[in-house]
Amino acid sequence: MSEVILSTNGLTKSFGAFKAVDGVSLEIQTGSITGLIGPNGAGKSTLFNLLTGVLKPDEGGVTLNGQDVSGLSSDKLFACGLGRTFQIPRPFARMSVLENVMLAPIGQIGETVAGPFLKRARMRSEEMHIRERALEVLDFVTLAPLADHPAGKISGGQMKLLELARVLMGNPAVILLDEPAAGVNPVLTETLISKIEELNRRGTTFLIIEHDMDFVMRHCDPVIALAEGKVVFQGTSEEALANPVLLDAYLGATVDD
Amino acid sequence: MIGVLSYLVFFATTASILAIAVLGLNLQWGNTGLFNGGVVAFFGAGAYGTLILGGPPQEGMVGGFALTYPMALLGGMAVAGVMAWIVGLLTLRLRHDYLAIATFGVAVAFENLMRNAEWLAGGAKGVRGFERPFREAIGDGFLYNLVFFVAVLLILIATYVFLERLVASPFGRLLRAIREDEEAAQSLGKSPSRVRLTAFVTGSVIMGLAGGLYGTFYAFVSPQDVLPTLTFQVWAMLIVGGAGNNRGAVFGAFLIWGAWTISGWALSRFAPVEAQLYTGSVQFILIGAVIVGMLVWRPQGLLPERLIVSQQGSNPVNKRGE
Ligand SMILES: Nc1ncnc2c1ncn2[C@@H]1O[C@H](COP(=O)(O)OP(=O)(O)O)[C@@H](O)[C@H]1O
Ligand SMILES: [Mg+2]
Repeated sequence: MSEVILSTNGLTKSFGAFKAVDGVSLEIQTGSITGLIGPNGAGKSTLFNLLTGVLKPDEGGVTLNGQDVSGLSSDKLFACGLGRTFQIPRPFARMSVLENVMLAPIGQIGETVAGPFLKRARMRSEEMHIRERALEVLDFVTLAPLADHPAGKISGGQMKLLELARVLMGNPAVILLDEPAAGVNPVLTETLISKIEELNRRGTTFLIIEHDMDFVMRHCDPVIALAEGKVVFQGTSEEALANPVLLDAYLGATVDD
Repeated sequence: MIGVLSYLVFFATTASILAIAVLGLNLQWGNTGLFNGGVVAFFGAGAYGTLILGGPPQEGMVGGFALTYPMALLGGMAVAGVMAWIVGLLTLRLRHDYLAIATFGVAVAFENLMRNAEWLAGGAKGVRGFERPFREAIGDGFLYNLVFFVAVLLILIATYVFLERLVASPFGRLLRAIREDEEAAQSLGKSPSRVRLTAFVTGSVIMGLAGGLYGTFYAFVSPQDVLPTLTFQVWAMLIVGGAGNNRGAVFGAFLIWGAWTISGWALSRFAPVEAQLYTGSVQFILIGAVIVGMLVWRPQGLLPERLIVSQQGSNPVNKRGE
């Protein structure tokens, strides 16, 4: 068995009396594209928020690269190599697509009040560098022609690609994608999948929440299923397809939208 | 003729000072999305701070440190900055509407403190300032006012250039990202609380600068100068001019101050005598109407924020960076 890059230990989160995530322990293997499935309201997005420090767990912890990262805020986790996208895209709407991407590198020289004035030369050369790289990444996700568009005015599918581009600027080791294909036209979905697989070949680990079972079965392995906040299945995609409980509880049930 | 000219210089001096305050608010609201409902407190901190630090000792009052003028002005800005830093730390976690209420409360408290603290701020009769800088060398009258106006104008230009460079830098990008979506920015490694605090303090220091110049101009400041009206005026200037656009902020300051001055004059000239008592209130209502009308019909302001695109951004860097 390969190495574990991200794991959780009894993660629990309640909203009032309702346990959205209930004692989730799982392990994500380095270099995998792990699929996370489960009916609507199963707690998948909440689990993402716990993994990325947006929410604090009531119980349990998270380990990234062998380090206990429980309780770290999402900005610190991004610096530790954990990137994520959102189920409903969150572009910086009144900024250009290029600016959205150029924002992402952390620890930029010009990110303080004094930096732009005291370290101008260094800031400029860093800016040129970041711009070049941002354009490369935009090219990679096929958004380069939209670089100068306001990010709030591109299509939903393009926003998902933009979120991926932003995250890539931080060179994360693990990327969590929340329903990357939902509401995206098939052409863009194909683009997205090919980019994910290319990045994965270069070593990036993915954890992907997805409702499109075809997507999950073709591109994700292993597969983890969540229902009512609990892990109900963990195994390869073939095992998932053959699992009667899963078929009953989820695959057979209506796919939400 | 000299009378009209003299009045124009007086008008432009006040408008320029207010424009500096509007630029400070633009950094907070236009760029960062921080709702400061107590602009006048930071403006007032600069004004009182400058006059107390630079003024001569006065009987029964703390202060009168008689610092040299630049030190007094910088001190006034520092007072505004420290006040903003404390307010910012206390309200860091507060979202927009709470920050608005908190800052509004701070402004009310500030005015009350100034009205009551005789030992510090002279209470209701205010603080008499110091001889305006270079007054003796230049002499009284029109020439001095002209020189003072030019000095204020240069400071306005310097503030404008400083902010333009700042918002075009990665720091400006960071401010906009926090304004657009804090959680997304945080997921990309940014610390919203640090950025919010920095922008809040920097904008308030700029308001303090405006206040310091205002106090210097009149060589006097009293609780009458730190009423909530000023906060509304500065907001109207920014919203009409165009939040997120520094040029719009300056344009809005001159436009609204012009409208304010003319409406005041027109009311005193043409309104029935019984109504003249309410000139201030009528102007207040007018300014409220202007804000509401603008928000309904042209929320982006007369000079809207411009998108920073690659051509604009890359050219100066390429040209100068080589
Ligand atoms: N901030 C919140 N406050 C209260 N309830 C929430 C909150 N976030 C999610 N929930 C609830 O938790 C459950 C799981 O939500 P979520 O994690 O978004 O599910 P999924 O992503 O699997 O569809 C849902 O019932 C949802 O209504
Ligand atoms: Mg979800």
